Amino acid sequence: MNYDRILNPAVTSMPPSGIRKFFDIAAEMEDCISLGVGEPDFVTPWDIREAAIKSLKDGMTCYTGNAGLPELRDLICRYYKERFGVFYTRAECLVTVGASEAIDLAMRALVSPGDEVLIPAPSYVSYMPCVTLAGGVPVAVPTTSANGFKMTAEAVKPLITPRTKAIILTYPNNPTGGIMTREDLLALSKAFEGTDIIVVTDEIYAELTYSGTHASFGALPGMWDRTVTISGFSKAFAMTGWRLGYALAPEPILDQMLKIHQFTMLCAPIMAQYAGIEALKNGFDTNFEEVRKMRREYNRRRNYLVRQFNSMGLTCFEPFGAFYVFPCIRSTGLTSEEFCNELLYGKRVAVVPGGAFGDTGEGFIRCSYAYSMDHLIEACRRISEFIAERHAKSEDYVHVI
Amino acid sequence: MNRSFAAEILDILAQDSRTSAAIIAQMLNSTEEAVLAEIARMEKENILLRYTTIVNEELTEDKETIHALIEVKVTPQYLQGYDAIADMISRYPEVRACYLMSGAYDFMVLVDGPTLRDVSRFVTEKLSVLNGVTSTGTHFVLKKYKDNHVVMPKGSDDRRQVITP
Repeated sequence: MNYDRILNPAVTSMPPSGIRKFFDIAAEMEDCISLGVGEPDFVTPWDIREAAIKSLKDGMTCYTGNAGLPELRDLICRYYKERFGVFYTRAECLVTVGASEAIDLAMRALVSPGDEVLIPAPSYVSYMPCVTLAGGVPVAVPTTSANGFKMTAEAVKPLITPRTKAIILTYPNNPTGGIMTREDLLALSKAFEGTDIIVVTDEIYAELTYSGTHASFGALPGMWDRTVTISGFSKAFAMTGWRLGYALAPEPILDQMLKIHQFTMLCAPIMAQYAGIEALKNGFDTNFEEVRKMRREYNRRRNYLVRQFNSMGLTCFEPFGAFYVFPCIRSTGLTSEEFCNELLYGKRVAVVPGGAFGDTGEGFIRCSYAYSMDHLIEACRRISEFIAERHAKSEDYVHVI
Repeated sequence: MNRSFAAEILDILAQDSRTSAAIIAQMLNSTEEAVLAEIARMEKENILLRYTTIVNEELTEDKETIHALIEVKVTPQYLQGYDAIADMISRYPEVRACYLMSGAYDFMVLVDGPTLRDVSRFVTEKLSVLNGVTSTGTHFVLKKYKDNHVVMPKGSDDRRQVITP
């Protein structure tokens, strides 16, 4: 059977995730230290796990309504109002299987064949494929370390065409750790004046902002109508494996997303939803103490890692969000993939090549600090050894010439 | 929420008291000198008393130590309240910790000894005969599941994939 003729060319022509390839090598390697993980090293707080166990004991093993448990949706709305000043009602809230599903739903609900979607580059690996699978055309908006990998109106405007349907905002950003302040967002929003462009803002790392409070796009004056806000429990509450996210949007958009969700997912797992209720309830009761603790811990590691890379000569802009640093490795004369390969085979440290997040990520590596300090210290020791040996080699080379 | 420099340092040392001043400085965006000075101040002012360890005694080769929690009821003394008795109890080297408690008894005394008999002897011959002590109740520790925030035995508990997007 000739499968090539059978399979959907939109899928077969899609390159596999650049991260995957690297993962296969690193996973097999002994004594390998990884800075490659995109999820918290904290385990979900115990009271949240307990709530899920209780839901199982109580026999909560059924479907929920398509949009999710009403109590959870109300809590999510309250959370967004109190934490980020964006107002949504229960009817404007959809509980999804991770924020990833919400992104897919938003693209499928918005994009018609040929529509263009602006996506910051570098950014998380899923956006482009989601746009492509929805029949759209992803358009990269280059961002640079010089301005903290922010999206600017100047960069966006020339890329807007009559076919531009939406723009994906993704701050705090994976892989760069860049954030956008309220002022940054206000300036960017000028680019959308007089257009019907929808802003899909993925705020999964919102709680991991180390300078001020996260600014949500939907809170800007006049922007609510064009905003689809996406987030979830994975990063703020260390719940990646639960697959629990949500979308918040004006009803006309959300209703269409809900339709796709109801025909493909039915609903998010009920135990995860009960866990999410506990996460938010307990959060409100304790003023999100657990989240603050995690943030404090991450912040210390962030400080450490930024200093380490800068002192190794790998210039690293200060990332104020998420749990990644994104140092520039051009001074080594290697491409990011070469750098990662040599580091992995030479020193058994796994980091992710920036190129995996789009062409503009080339020349950088993504290092996660969702690890214990001991782990980070050892990784830095190995990386700085690697850099020193490379410098020594290149000096020898000069002598030979 | 801004925590003091001292509180940040104490927090880091509570997790790993071997963390060097140089590393702490990098974690807190400060200098090694500033961290060393703050630690020296806290040591001098008896805020930082000792840097210690958490040991999984089930895995040590030497004989295990016996631990007991002893509830102690006392008659508070005129003008001195509980302090005089607490001071007497605390001076025994067998006593690892001594807390004044709310509730049904007055002191919780944590006692360590090489054998069960040593601990019993301490309670009957030294503790219960102290002036002012009216009763004791001894509870021996059978097994430690968690000590100072560390769940035992502690192995690698990172269950994540090596690389994820």
